[in-house]
Amino acid sequence: MLKALENISAFYANPTRFMKLAARLHAPLWAVALALLAYGLFRALHVPEDYQQGETVKIMFVHVPAAWMALFGYSFIFFASVTALIFRHPLGHVAARAAAPVGATFTLIALVTGSLWGQPMWGTWWVWDARLTSMLVLLFIYIGYIAIWQAIDEPTRAARTAALLAIVGFVNVPIVKFSVDWWNTLHQPASVSRLARPALHADFLYPLLIMGVAFFALFFALTLTRMQMEILRQKLRVRRMRGN
Amino acid sequence: MSVFWAICRQHVVLAWRGGHATLAVAFLFIGVTLMPFGLGPELALLQALAPGLLWVVLIMALLTSLDRVFQADYEDGSLDQMLLMPLPLEFVVLAKLLGHYIALVLPLLLAVPLAGLLLNLAPAHLPMLLLAMLAGSPALVLLGGIGASLAVSVRRGGLLTVLLSLPFYVPVMIFGAGATKQALAGEIDEARLAILGLISLASLLAAPVAIAAALRNAVR
Repeated sequence: MLKALENISAFYANPTRFMKLAARLHAPLWAVALALLAYGLFRALHVPEDYQQGETVKIMFVHVPAAWMALFGYSFIFFASVTALIFRHPLGHVAARAAAPVGATFTLIALVTGSLWGQPMWGTWWVWDARLTSMLVLLFIYIGYIAIWQAIDEPTRAARTAALLAIVGFVNVPIVKFSVDWWNTLHQPASVSRLARPALHADFLYPLLIMGVAFFALFFALTLTRMQMEILRQKLRVRRMRGN
Repeated sequence: MSVFWAICRQHVVLAWRGGHATLAVAFLFIGVTLMPFGLGPELALLQALAPGLLWVVLIMALLTSLDRVFQADYEDGSLDQMLLMPLPLEFVVLAKLLGHYIALVLPLLLAVPLAGLLLNLAPAHLPMLLLAMLAGSPALVLLGGIGASLAVSVRRGGLLTVLLSLPFYVPVMIFGAGATKQALAGEIDEARLAILGLISLASLLAAPVAIAAALRNAVR
């Protein structure tokens, strides 16, 4: 099994082969993402009103999956960076770089929708609650990662420096989470968990899960597109240097 | 080992000659002086806010100097020579950061009690404030060093160093200011102090490795 994975990964280390695969995956992935998103949003807009939160509960269907993707995005960058640094897979850096703005945008969406939801629920746009605060710190970590790529001109050095930051930052995320939890907590505890029965009624749970899968597909569609763009950009640079 | 101390001494002497400590301490006092202008001169309010304000000003004073720790060596080529030394780069990094701690952080810590008095802390609060800063400040230097080493090849990397370092400072800030706040209530907060010490120890083990990796990558 591992051997097979190794072979596949070695096969697609060649950018041209990867571009062929990406071109084939591109349209279906986008189709799945958009179809799921449309269906999920349709379901989400037709859930019954919550007896306490009224219409505003519908914000949840964007807010919660965005927060999931914010965390998933950073883990993705971490694993891509490890793959690039340790196994020297040439696509690792490309994937990590491509995913960063996508993850950062999902983090921003989670923060903004959280703020819009918090206004009617908690009576204020922003509270210094543990989860909000650690999400904000995560956004800063994303911004630092993107800034490294922009600040260093030489591509290989930028790639390796960014990968180092991604790894060190990944260690930092749970530490921040722990200390911020110690500091202040008011947010409701997680209501969808795999270990226990979810505390969410099925009417809400299924649209939420559909939206979760839709955001997941959207993340990969966006990241794949950005990876294709990055590889084309690299090819263009080489051609320009050659002068043709 | 004598190389270790030689590097450490060189860093202290250079920082001393450059007057870095004076600048950082002056920065600390300017920062503290600005606070009452923004917050109003009420002594009770200033005392309540003092723990957090002092930590923020300390971090800012530290970060404004940290970006040059490795960059000067990177620019004049000393870093390439350091890679060739028999002493592993991890220890070179540690020696430089220790020098930085002695030359810059110790003077800052000496100035903090006076700054505390300006913010209406009572003398009885000061030992605990200093204890918390002693436990947390090694982590501040070591973790800030990570940011500085990642930004070492970036010209005018000061702002980038700050951006990269601040997420690492969140835990130190939380437990440091928390312990200091408990001191205002007259309690010794052993749990927070222990966690601060733990963060410093963990950074002592992990930061030199990360910094050395970043520096090797920069000169490659």
